[in-house]
Amino acid sequence: MNFLAGSKIGVWLQGLGQIALLAKEAFASLFGLRFNWRDVIYQIYFMGVKSQSVVLITGAFTGMVLGAQTYFQFHKVKMDTATLAVVSVSMCSELGPVLTGLMVAGRVGAAIAAELGTMRVTEQIDALRTLATHPVDYLVTPRLFAAHIILPLLTVEAIAVGIGAGYVVGVYLLGIDPTYSWYNMVKYTGAHDVFNGLIKSFIFGGIVALIGCYKGMFCGEGAEGVGRATTESVVYSSITILITNFFLTMSLGKILNSL
Amino acid sequence: MIEVRDLKKSFGSHSILDGVSFRIEKGESVVIIGRSGGGKSVLLKHLVGLLRPDSGEVLIDDEPIANMNERELLRVRSKFGMLFQSAALFDSMTVAENIAFPLRRHHKLSEKEIQEKVTEVLAMVDLPGTGNKKPSELSGGMRKRVGLARSIVYQPQIVLYDEPTTGLDPIMSDSIDQLIMRVSEKLNVTSVVVTHDMRSARRVGDRIIMLHGRKIYATGTPDEIFSSNDPVIRRFVDGVSDPKEDFF
Repeated sequence: MNFLAGSKIGVWLQGLGQIALLAKEAFASLFGLRFNWRDVIYQIYFMGVKSQSVVLITGAFTGMVLGAQTYFQFHKVKMDTATLAVVSVSMCSELGPVLTGLMVAGRVGAAIAAELGTMRVTEQIDALRTLATHPVDYLVTPRLFAAHIILPLLTVEAIAVGIGAGYVVGVYLLGIDPTYSWYNMVKYTGAHDVFNGLIKSFIFGGIVALIGCYKGMFCGEGAEGVGRATTESVVYSSITILITNFFLTMSLGKILNSL
Repeated sequence: MIEVRDLKKSFGSHSILDGVSFRIEKGESVVIIGRSGGGKSVLLKHLVGLLRPDSGEVLIDDEPIANMNERELLRVRSKFGMLFQSAALFDSMTVAENIAFPLRRHHKLSEKEIQEKVTEVLAMVDLPGTGNKKPSELSGGMRKRVGLARSIVYQPQIVLYDEPTTGLDPIMSDSIDQLIMRVSEKLNVTSVVVTHDMRSARRVGDRIIMLHGRKIYATGTPDEIFSSNDPVIRRFVDGVSDPKEDFF
C-alpha cells in the first residue's frame, strides 16, 4: 500500500481509518461507561438548549413554505385537504431529520471542531493525556452521547413546529378546511414515518459529533488548521448526512413498510 | 526510574533523535539542554508517551512504554506531572477548576478536600486568591505557575518541565526556578527540565544532559558542564554562535 502514501486517495483512506478507530474507541468508552455524566449533561444543554432558535425557525418556515407550495399545486386538482398530510409525511420522514441534522452540523459540528482544534494546537489535549485522562473519554464520548440523544429530540420539535406552521398557513391564510385537513393528516401519516425520522436523526447525531470531534482532534497546526477543520467539519457532516439519508430512506422504507 | 534506550525519532525524512540513551534515578533533578529545534521537547514527550519512538525503548520503573496503547499509558502517566511550554491551561475553566481537574477525575475526594488542596497548592506557587480567575486574565509567568500547580496537586512521582522559563523576564524566571527547586525538595519528586536557559540549568539541575547533533553530546554535573573546554559545550554555555555555521 506504500504507493498510496501521500496521494489524495492515500490521505482519504487514512482519514477514513482514523475516523473508524475514533468511532470504535468512542463507542467502547460509551458502553464501558468511562465518561462523566456531568459532561454529558453540559453537552446536552449546549447542543439542545442553545440550538432552539435555529431549529424552531428552520422547522417553522420549512413547514410554512411546504404547506403553501403543496396547497398551490394541490388546489389545481382540488386536493386542498391533502396539503397537511403531505406536510406531515415530508416533515416526519425527510425534512425534519435532514434539515435539523444540517442545522446542527452547522452550529454544533463547527463549534466542536473549533473547540477541540484549538485545544489541540494549544497543547490542551496533550495536557489532558498527561493528567491521565483519555481524550476520547473526556472530549468525544460525552459529545457523541449527547448528540445521539439531542438530535432526535430536536427533530421531533422541528417536525411538530413545522406541521403546526403548515397548519396555520393552510387553514388560516389559505382557507383549507381544518377538519378534513386534520383527518387526512392523521390518516396518511403512519407510525413508520415518525420512526423513520427518529432513526435517521439518531444516526445523523452520531455523524455530526464524530466528524466534528475527528476534525478537531486531528486538525492542522495554527489558526489556519483550526479554521480549515471547522469548515471541513460542516461540509463533510452535511454531505455525509445527505448521502446517508438516501441509503437510510431506501433501507428504512423497505424495513418499516414490511413490518 | 526513567530509562531511555537507543531512542530514534524522525518526522518524515527529518531525523530528530538518533540513538539517544540515558537513565534518570529516583529523586534526581536532570536538565536537558540543547539548541532550539534540537529535539529536547520531542525527547521529553517520549518520556510520558505523548510521542512514540521509531525504534528504541523508554522504561518507566523498568516497564517499557513504547508499545503501550493509550489506555495502558494512562496508568503510567498517573506517575507524571508535566508543565508545558505554553502552560496548556484549559481556557474554558477557572484557575481553581484547572487545578482541581485531576483530583475530580481520578481521586475520590470530597469537594471540601479538593478546595483545601487547591488552596494549599496555589499558596505553594505564590498565587493565593487567584482561584476564580480565568487563564486569559493571567500573565505568562502566572499561567506557568498555575500549570505547575495543576501538575503537582496530585503528588506525582516525576515532574517534567518543558522550557519553564522561556518568554519570561529574568525576575519571573528566577521565581520559576525557585519554585522548581521548592517542589523537588518538598515533594521529593524526580524532575526533568528541558531548557536552553543556562542560568536556570545551573540552578535547578543535579545533572545536565546536552543534546547536540541528534545525540547526547555530553552529560555531567552543572560544574562539569560549565567548566568544560569542549568548543561545542563552551559555545552553548557562553551563548556564542559558530562563525562557520551558515544560517542564511
